[in-house]
Amino acid sequence: MSDTHAEAAQLAFVRQEPIPPAPPPVAEAGIVKWLRDNLFSSVPNAILTLASLWAIWWLLSSSMPWVFNGVWDAGSLRECREILDGATGACWAVVRERWAQLVFGVTYPEEAYWRPATAFVLLFVALAPVLFPKAPRSLLPFTAVYPFLAYFLVWGGSVWVPVMAAAGFVVGYLVFQRLVAQSFAMGFFGAIAAALVFWWVAGFVTPTLTAIAPITLEAVESRNMGGFMLNLILGTVCVSLSLPIGIALALGRQSGMPVVKWICIVFIEFIRGVPLITLLFVANVVLAYFLPPNSTFDLILRVIIMITMFASAYIAEVVRGGLAALPKGQYEAASALGLDYPQAMRLIILPQALKISIPGIVNVAVGLFKDTTLVSVIAMFDLVGMIRGPILASTDWNGVYWELFGFAAALFFVVCYGISQYSQWLERQLQTDRR
Amino acid sequence: MQKSVFLAAVAGVGMTAGVASAATLDDVQARGTLNCGVNTGLVGFAAPNAEGEWEGFDVAVCKAVAAAVLGDPSAVEYVSLTGKTRFTALASGEIDMLSRNTTQTFTRDVDLKFEFTGINYYDGQGFMVPAELGVSSATELDGATICIQTGTTTELNLADYFRSNNMDYEPVPIETNAEAQQQYLAGACDVYTTDGSGLAATRAAFENPSEHVILPEVISKEPLGPVVRHGDNEWGDIVRWTLYALIAAEEYGVTSANVDELAEGTDSPEINRLLGTEGNFGEVMGLSSDWAVNAIKAGGNYGEIFARHIGEDTPVGLSRGLNAQWTEGGLMYAPPFR
Repeated sequence: MSDTHAEAAQLAFVRQEPIPPAPPPVAEAGIVKWLRDNLFSSVPNAILTLASLWAIWWLLSSSMPWVFNGVWDAGSLRECREILDGATGACWAVVRERWAQLVFGVTYPEEAYWRPATAFVLLFVALAPVLFPKAPRSLLPFTAVYPFLAYFLVWGGSVWVPVMAAAGFVVGYLVFQRLVAQSFAMGFFGAIAAALVFWWVAGFVTPTLTAIAPITLEAVESRNMGGFMLNLILGTVCVSLSLPIGIALALGRQSGMPVVKWICIVFIEFIRGVPLITLLFVANVVLAYFLPPNSTFDLILRVIIMITMFASAYIAEVVRGGLAALPKGQYEAASALGLDYPQAMRLIILPQALKISIPGIVNVAVGLFKDTTLVSVIAMFDLVGMIRGPILASTDWNGVYWELFGFAAALFFVVCYGISQYSQWLERQLQTDRR
Repeated sequence: MQKSVFLAAVAGVGMTAGVASAATLDDVQARGTLNCGVNTGLVGFAAPNAEGEWEGFDVAVCKAVAAAVLGDPSAVEYVSLTGKTRFTALASGEIDMLSRNTTQTFTRDVDLKFEFTGINYYDGQGFMVPAELGVSSATELDGATICIQTGTTTELNLADYFRSNNMDYEPVPIETNAEAQQQYLAGACDVYTTDGSGLAATRAAFENPSEHVILPEVISKEPLGPVVRHGDNEWGDIVRWTLYALIAAEEYGVTSANVDELAEGTDSPEINRLLGTEGNFGEVMGLSSDWAVNAIKAGGNYGEIFARHIGEDTPVGLSRGLNAQWTEGGLMYAPPFR
């Protein structure tokens, strides 16, 4: 013991500063550690990792040559096969040749393609103030004008039709402002009556106005709409219409007034109990029997009504879930503050209930957007109808499946993934509670 | 009370429908376009091309009728219909005529209250096998596995055919034609059976069509033709005789190339009556005297239409077979223009 002490005292060097930290062992740092922790932490995990790597490699190595070796310039499937000469490769030429038909449908006039394209771009301008709190509020009036502008662009015809339609809403709003002071119901029904009367009168005035100031675009009939444009029109219109209707139905279902309550319950349960395809067949086939012949009740309008009804029933249930999740104290607190029903709903209940409902609402919206492809079974040429019908039935392209449906899947994925990302961002923005 | 109101409404709709359909010709002429129901897409029969113009064997009938009635083969509004929506569209007056590879049957003619105005294609169920099997006749198919679309008449026809020939088979049920193509190519079945024109179109889409043969046997009758509503016989006559004019034109050698020349008068009274230089057949139907000239100019005579859309030089590659003129052993037989 003392020997050791003596030896230590004789040493010439004493470290004055701490040893710098050694780099961690290779196995405990950087990419190697990450790999060990996440991919090869145990034997079964290692096996799974290797199997997954093999599966990814197999998928890519068998699909990528097909994708990148594709033929872009050919007039028919046979020409594609001649060019490929036995090699693996997709026949993307079909997407190139029928690109316009896939997006706009068969019979939308070619020189008018700029109109729906403009409407599509403006859609983002109109949605910005609604969807993003940071967007300038000054865009809101444009959002109000947008539906009428988009209608004018896509369908064409006389500018006075959408102008009169918009004016009807303005008239209704003014009447509402005037009467709402007396009672909400009076304002509400008075506004509806005023708007209807205005539209009825406008029906006589519009032809004269068109004759005086013929501001028109070439009119395009509904049956000429098609392609992805049709999916977007149906999706956008039906989602935006079904939100307010769905909220109203959800509130109606919770209402204390038995008649309102039962009407809402019957509507929701009936619509939810019927497949969408049945409703579409009703819109297309059955209604034709009950309408007088040669009466033109637009097919797209019929389909929009049916899909909107369908989506509102689902959204109503989602919102009802949100309402049910609120503690009863919130309702009581609103009453204690002396708020009447519309105020309580508008200021206290709905903001919270809707925030809870966001994932569900987005779920319905995404599902609804994809469901718009069902219109292909009633012989409307949406994106899928376009592929299944005209394109696969042309003598040139009969037999091209993967390329076309892959293209359709890609288009839908872009839109649906975008919606989903937006909703997640919105949830983070609204995360104000303590959870 | 409720019931009587409902019945009254239905009766009202029925009556107005009857009124509307009584003068289809006037409606079409007032509108300036023919509303023609076609398939949403069937290879060779109806499909829009890259420019969005409809073309095909069934579409050519629409064009011929539009040319005969309105003098303009492009004055057609095509309404694409599925197998489910076609009859309601016709019955409700949404379309003036249906030219959508529709099989003439008893129930459709009698029970559904439609009028089949002639037959433009005699189809029938057939079989396709890989050439390497070395089968040359359907009677050699004993014990084969057969891909068949479920829920169609082809399924029943197949069972009947094999039973009456004392043969066994193993069905491979599939849902759609596209699925059938994949299953057949993958070797899930030895034989694929559906309508003859469908088989030809399917085979044409294969990478190596010559490796597959369509057997000569046809085991069912599928007469396809244009359809109109019951109750407007004048309109039915127009559609029927426009089709006959195309068929007769082929028989008499009138083509889209020489129709103008022949319309100035020929030695053949039949051709003269058809083309309106003798008699007043057009006026009798309420059309102009050169109705048949216009119809033939629209897309040629029956033979020309067949050759352009589904004939042997097209990818579909159908031979005339039953659809040849009666003078050449087929069933195409136009009644005399007299």
